[in-house]
Amino acid sequence: MNATRPESRPTPPLAPRPHVADRPVADRTAAADAPAPPKISVRGLDFHYGKQQALFDNNLDIAANRVTAVIGPSGCGKSTHLRVYNRIYQLYRDQRARGEVLLDGENLLSPATDLIELRRKVGMIFQKPTPFPMSIHDNVAYGLKLHYRLGKAELAEAVEKALRGAALWDEVKDALDRPGTALSGGQQQRLCIARAIAVRPEVLLMDEPTSAIDPVATAKIEDLVEELKKDFTIVIVTHNMQQAARVSDYTAFFFEGRIVEFGVTRQIFTKPVHRQTEDYITGRFG
Amino acid sequence: MRRRHARGRKAVDLAVRAAASLAALLGIGVLVLILAEVARRGAPALDLAFFTSLPGPPGTEGGGLANAILGTLALTAAATAVGVPLGMLAGVYLSEFGRDTRLGAAVRYCVNVLMGLPSILVGLFVWTVLVVPFRSFSGHAGAAALALIMLPVVARTTEDMLALVPHALREGALAVGAPRWRATLIAFKAARGGLITGVLLAVARVSGETAPLLFTALNSPFWPRSMSEPVANLTVTVFQYAMSPYADWQAKAWGASLLIMAAVLTTSLLARTFARERTR
Repeated sequence: MNATRPESRPTPPLAPRPHVADRPVADRTAAADAPAPPKISVRGLDFHYGKQQALFDNNLDIAANRVTAVIGPSGCGKSTHLRVYNRIYQLYRDQRARGEVLLDGENLLSPATDLIELRRKVGMIFQKPTPFPMSIHDNVAYGLKLHYRLGKAELAEAVEKALRGAALWDEVKDALDRPGTALSGGQQQRLCIARAIAVRPEVLLMDEPTSAIDPVATAKIEDLVEELKKDFTIVIVTHNMQQAARVSDYTAFFFEGRIVEFGVTRQIFTKPVHRQTEDYITGRFG
Repeated sequence: MRRRHARGRKAVDLAVRAAASLAALLGIGVLVLILAEVARRGAPALDLAFFTSLPGPPGTEGGGLANAILGTLALTAAATAVGVPLGMLAGVYLSEFGRDTRLGAAVRYCVNVLMGLPSILVGLFVWTVLVVPFRSFSGHAGAAALALIMLPVVARTTEDMLALVPHALREGALAVGAPRWRATLIAFKAARGGLITGVLLAVARVSGETAPLLFTALNSPFWPRSMSEPVANLTVTVFQYAMSPYADWQAKAWGASLLIMAAVLTTSLLARTFARERTR
């Protein structure tokens, strides 16, 4: 990785550690925290689609209870990178990841990883909302029932909590029996967020969660992200630079499968170190 | 530059449009003629006895085809009970598990070949494996032949319908920690309307088949009592009665044809309603 290879930058030895090297500026709450171990550490991650390599030696630390934005032009590997964290790429026969992705110190790429438990811990929101063809209630209950044994009352309570957490409860509380597919796009996306947070994950991956919905709904989801980071570690892929600037604490800039620059969001957007980052952020390409 | 006149193009347009419309009308016209003729000739035969009595001895008037109606229902039901689950599972394999594998490609090829197989060959095949060894024509053999015809149709529809379900939906299920089979179930649910349509069309298809029953279920003048014996059915009855010299039997053949046609039409219409529900 050109940006953080040891010979090109004397310190730090691996990817920049936000907690140590790029401690957030004073007005960020992050600054008050003692340097905690990262929630996710990516080390030397390569990714292949068949014979074509899409990610090259990615190194990245994702801070717990912070929002990390992943930006970069189309086809730069943002989504590919994100889809390694819950190993959803494994649905496809010819996709392979190599390297290490440590979740709380455990390499989730190890063959011994229990995928079902991994995906309970690492939830995902997709570009297009994916409500299941069932009622609003059942959509949220789906994951809950997979992972927990709950009585009727407990289930109802957990569903309500999740819908409240996704800021959707007030809009659907009288229509829990209606099909999830009948909701508006923005509501559907919040339904998917409710479904994801219902199983009490630790990490939430968001793959361009607002690119298919209107600006008002987008604003709601951005507010929600701010709210959710109290409980979850969030990684959000976005095409929208303003969005990255608004919602994230840290930003990683991807280009052609490599992480060119990573640091505190404000710094990336005001004083980027690399030329490519600056060009992208100022709209000169991408 | 010389302008080309629009007149020539307009003439060609008119000619193509006329030819296409004519061909379409011809198709619809033939269908309407068949429907009208079968209805005209068949309706008089459909009295109460037709639905309630056994056929009389050759050459006598009266009686009915109640045994054949029951038999056809039983054969179709048995074939559906075997052919639909097998076909759906094969379709699930093709769409979900064997999509890019060699085995999947081989299975897909076989399904296509099986779909194009003349139904009389299916009948002969079942005759050699289920009739000859047991020394008896049987309802089981008839149902097996019909199931064999349904299988590729259902497998193909299942694969096609599941292929229409976006990958994102399966990923959504996997992403909350669902195992692979549960994600497939979600895709199944999303494709429900199309799948029901496919099954109904397959049922309609086999309920009109005659050739695969000729050497398997055969036919019978008695009530269907056991699937281990020859079983009365409408299509072979039509075949036999229509070629008989008795006017009453010929009339009954028309009646049976009308009944089969009405059943197939109803099933297709049902299939269409489900298809519409899916696209809604």
